[in-house]
Amino acid sequence: MEIVVLLKQVPDTETLIQIAEDRTSIKTQDVKWVMNPYDEFAVEEALRIKEAQGGKVTILSVGPERAVEAIRTALAMGADEGILIDDPSTEGGDALGTAKVLAQALKETPHDLLVAGQRAVDDDGYQVPAAVAALLGIPQVSMVIKEEVREGKIVCERTIEGGTLVVEAELPALFTTQKGINEPRYASLPGIMKAKKKPLAKKNLDDLGLDPSEVGKGGAKCRVMTLSLPPERSPGKIVEGETPEAKAAELVRLLREEAKII
Amino acid sequence: MAQGVLVVAEQVGGAFRKIAYEAVSEGRRVADTLGESLTGVVLGSGIEAIAPELGKYGADKVLVGDDPALADYTTDAYANVVCDIVRKSDPKVLLLGASMGGKDLSARVAAHLDTGLAMDCVSLRVDGDALIATRPMFGGKVLAEVSVQGTPQIAAIRPNVMEVVEAERAADVEKISVNIGVVKTRLLEKRVETAAKMDLTEADIIVSGGRGMGGPDFSLLEELAEVLGGTVGASRSAVDEGWRPQSDQVGQTGKVVSPGLYIACGISGAIQHLAGMGTSKYIVAINKDPEAPIFKKADYGIVEDLFNVVPALTAQFRKLER
Ligand SMILES: Cc1cc2nc3c(=O)[nH]c(=O)nc-3n(C[C@H](O)[C@H](O)[C@H](O)COP(=O)(O)OP(=O)(O)OC[C@H]3O[C@@H](n4cnc5c(N)ncnc54)[C@H](O)[C@@H]3O)c2cc1C
Ligand SMILES: Nc1ncnc2c1ncn2[C@@H]1O[C@H](COP(=O)(O)O)[C@@H](O)[C@H]1O
Repeated sequence: MEIVVLLKQVPDTETLIQIAEDRTSIKTQDVKWVMNPYDEFAVEEALRIKEAQGGKVTILSVGPERAVEAIRTALAMGADEGILIDDPSTEGGDALGTAKVLAQALKETPHDLLVAGQRAVDDDGYQVPAAVAALLGIPQVSMVIKEEVREGKIVCERTIEGGTLVVEAELPALFTTQKGINEPRYASLPGIMKAKKKPLAKKNLDDLGLDPSEVGKGGAKCRVMTLSLPPERSPGKIVEGETPEAKAAELVRLLREEAKII
Repeated sequence: MAQGVLVVAEQVGGAFRKIAYEAVSEGRRVADTLGESLTGVVLGSGIEAIAPELGKYGADKVLVGDDPALADYTTDAYANVVCDIVRKSDPKVLLLGASMGGKDLSARVAAHLDTGLAMDCVSLRVDGDALIATRPMFGGKVLAEVSVQGTPQIAAIRPNVMEVVEAERAADVEKISVNIGVVKTRLLEKRVETAAKMDLTEADIIVSGGRGMGGPDFSLLEELAEVLGGTVGASRSAVDEGWRPQSDQVGQTGKVVSPGLYIACGISGAIQHLAGMGTSKYIVAINKDPEAPIFKKADYGIVEDLFNVVPALTAQFRKLER
């Protein structure tokens, strides 16, 4: 079983996000970078499949040099190899551009199964995995909380509004992870030592035979024009009252008369 | 030349979801600014009868793809059919709802058509011929204004945000033959878990509980939600404790919700929780710690033990009902 995990390095969710001078990107100094939380589930699930069925787990990422750290973390968890596509001209690209780079790299990387996060918590795009699957012409199952690989197929439980669907897809296929699928393991100390010696290949667009104008900023079909901070919610009022009942009554009055929401 | 605005209106079990009306209403606004016509698309099996309803929200025309193969949503069949419709009708703009299925569908369709998609948008506007969308990023810490290029320009809109507007029209309904194409997935089973419960992403009122609930008994919140016609949500801590199902989780690794009223009970207001409910219209916080960060985001706060105040609130609302 050749499993490839699509992995992105993102700012830690606790990080203060500040908008850069150009108003189209964020300030990257002082940002703590981590593996996208959903991709941790993806790495864990890939490792479990490998442990049950044998095979190899490859980590594939498009990103700058610093993304090596996130790949190393996945290798320390137990993945076998990493590939980083690091090319300045991918910067400022859109989800489809990233997907084109990933799909091109996957043409040279054997894969029976692709595992990705349901969304990256930086761009909240929900887009790259489906686009990769579409470009490769393979099926996708999104937001999976349970899966089983058997006889050239994968059966997934996919969450939808108000329930779950059990979906079977022919391999090769891609699925994305939803919280609840597993508890990602921590990298062990021996794991971290071993990870340093595991193969980590770096490639650029030239190596992949891709034209930068198609996948970078120039080719972006969804372009960020400006970033802004959302209007600050002004801290509201503390509802006063002598007793819990009095506070409850006052809140109900405010919701009806002031907010007019009830 | 590409023409018109096309909206995919999501239905389940022969009834439109609220997001379908939101998308069609928004489609009407976009079509009006562009001076274009609006076409709705309904896909499913045995759903022809509901199609005219979209006229009520401004559709000039409704295309109905009625086929047993479309009875349940599967990514490949739906994506193939939508792509086929787009290729034939060549719209300028394609709108979908960013429901769980809609996110999956729109991303695949955009890639097949090699065109731009703005996902999970909270507002849309038109500048000349360009579709400009506003979408939250970084868990709502930042709002991005993005311009969408390509044909069609695609946007998927966040549920519960856009206004539903009635615009009485008699829509022409046209049944179309569908091209299901190559399908590599198969639905084996459907498990409806919360038939009686409205999904969080569609709810107008959400009563959420956190670690402050102290255990799996959420009946106090359920009672309050019931009198309000709302639904119950949870923080990650409550889910991780096993008190509530994963489908109840609100936040960065849960659902992103935008109800009219969000009542947070025993929730501290961590940044990852705020990422999921920060765009609620009104936020009420009930917490016994006056320093809890949630009070900084709440329109109304009650500093109190939730076990005292929640039942009192339920009683108050019951009184109003009568
Ligand atoms: C990558 C990542 C993703 C995450 N994703 C999410 C997410 O999607 N959703 C999410 O919610 N969190 C998420 N978290 C976790 C988040 O950081 C917080 O840990 C979590 O939201 C805390 O939940 P809580 O407010 O219920 O619990 P706590 O922070 O423990 O707060 C409990 C609150 O209850 C109050 N309280 C206690 N007893 C009572 C009482 N009797 N009456 C009134 N008030 C009472 C306390 O004063 C306290 O403020 C994520 C964290 C990370 C690192
Ligand atoms: N630059 C990238 N490199 C590798 N995988 C990515 C990249 N961007 C997104 N992905 C994958 O796609 C998922 C969803 O990302 P997004 O569509 O950006 O929200 C992530 O969880 C990753 O698995």
